[in-house]
Amino acid sequence: MSKEKIQICPEFYDIMPPEYRDLVEQATYGKEGRGWKDIGQSKELIESHSLCAGCPESMAFRYILASLPNPEDTVMVGSTGCTSLVFPMVAVHNIHSLFGNQNAVASGLKRALSVRFPGRIKDVVVLAGDGATVDIGLDMTLQAWFRQEKFTTICFDNELYANTGGQESGLMRKGFVAKMAPVGKTFDKVRLPEIARESGCAYVVNCTVSKPNLVEKVIRNAVLIAREIGPTYLQLYTPCILEIGKNSMEGLQEMRDSEKPGERFRYYEYVTDSAKQFLADLEAKDKQTAATAIEA
Amino acid sequence: MTDYRVVPGPEAYFTPSAARMGIVLPEPGEAHIEGVIVPEEKAMEYAARKLLDAKNPTLHPGPLVLWNWNEKAAKKAKAIKILAECIPARIIPMPDYRPKYPKINPDVEINPNHPNLTIWHNKEDVCLFVGVHCHQANLSLKIIRGGTDCFTIAMCAQAGHEDAMLSFRDATAEKILRLAEWVSKLKGVPFVRPVDEKTSGDGGHRYSDNVFVKLADGG
Repeated sequence: MSKEKIQICPEFYDIMPPEYRDLVEQATYGKEGRGWKDIGQSKELIESHSLCAGCPESMAFRYILASLPNPEDTVMVGSTGCTSLVFPMVAVHNIHSLFGNQNAVASGLKRALSVRFPGRIKDVVVLAGDGATVDIGLDMTLQAWFRQEKFTTICFDNELYANTGGQESGLMRKGFVAKMAPVGKTFDKVRLPEIARESGCAYVVNCTVSKPNLVEKVIRNAVLIAREIGPTYLQLYTPCILEIGKNSMEGLQEMRDSEKPGERFRYYEYVTDSAKQFLADLEAKDKQTAATAIEA
Repeated sequence: MTDYRVVPGPEAYFTPSAARMGIVLPEPGEAHIEGVIVPEEKAMEYAARKLLDAKNPTLHPGPLVLWNWNEKAAKKAKAIKILAECIPARIIPMPDYRPKYPKINPDVEINPNHPNLTIWHNKEDVCLFVGVHCHQANLSLKIIRGGTDCFTIAMCAQAGHEDAMLSFRDATAEKILRLAEWVSKLKGVPFVRPVDEKTSGDGGHRYSDNVFVKLADGG
């Protein structure tokens, strides 16, 4: 899809519901340097969602969709979970895969898009929960990284199966007692960012979504590096406030508490040398463009 | 040959699919009325009469014609607008197929997951679907037949729909204009075609010319 195709036939313009007209007129498709600061000033690529009030996942969705560098030519692959309730409300092409299959589906999709649209940039972004990424879909996740498939994998880590009532997941922290896991977790949280690094990911980040600037930066880096170099992985803490016994207003503080030094979601970043060089070149280019714009 | 007829509902909660009841799709050049295969022109006249007799005729264009994907879509959009003005009919779009939360606004749109809400709200007695992907049209038509008494017409660009009470197949802009032409003819008003190198009425040959010449001769 290109931006030109996101146009309403003039005969029907006046009868289209307003959200579609806004999407055509005010969304940031094709905008250079789009980012989270567009939120509130332009039409977001997410319509109303059905997540719980105050759910950090909804914040994450909004920041991610605002930060994708090329939304009109991006396909997102989702999986079963709370994310699958949001995808129908998203104005970016998306596929709902079988539970755990998301990285396998994305592999085929990325290859097919490169054959179908040679010479044109088509980004593929996987967005799934921790159950799909680490438990049920771990095989597909790892194999995609081993094969050096060029797409981004984003894991919304809420440390349990929230959508089905709070069962234990591999990314749950040791000792945590959930509604459907009353004994408490007996082994450590799976260290997937480290596994991702060892499996050949060019860019790995573990963080929370409390800081929109940071989310924008890591999303942009991950998508651009995946486009040019190899697989990238982001593990974002999006706590389920219901399952950890918090109120709607406490999600942000929970994330802030969890990213302090020594905590589970302290900022962790791994970048390969080639990816570092790529980012440095990109930064230099951005600076040059900015300088030229100021001169002009 | 089945005795089953695809008539306005409410058919009931577990509506059987028309295909399961033995209704088959028309061949090219044909259409079906309530499951009976007829020549396309007969269906055109029947559809035009239905639309004219209706209290609240409504056209439901889908994403294939609402969005300006290509030249074909643009031409169909023009033709649908002309048809709506000829009848005159209301246009309520089906912009996409996503399940909307908490619910759609039935005043301004129709959704394939609960199309009956829009039909009920607007008291539609005859509606025409055009530019809706077949799998979503099938879903909508079956739900409408199950829960409403609305007469459904499908202007399908593929092989037609068994679950519509009247279905055309291989829809083009030209075919939509022909329906508009039938509406105008039954109303007894002249029909002015849009200027277009392929569908203009100024000397260019079109299929419906033959039909109307025959009718004028009493054929």
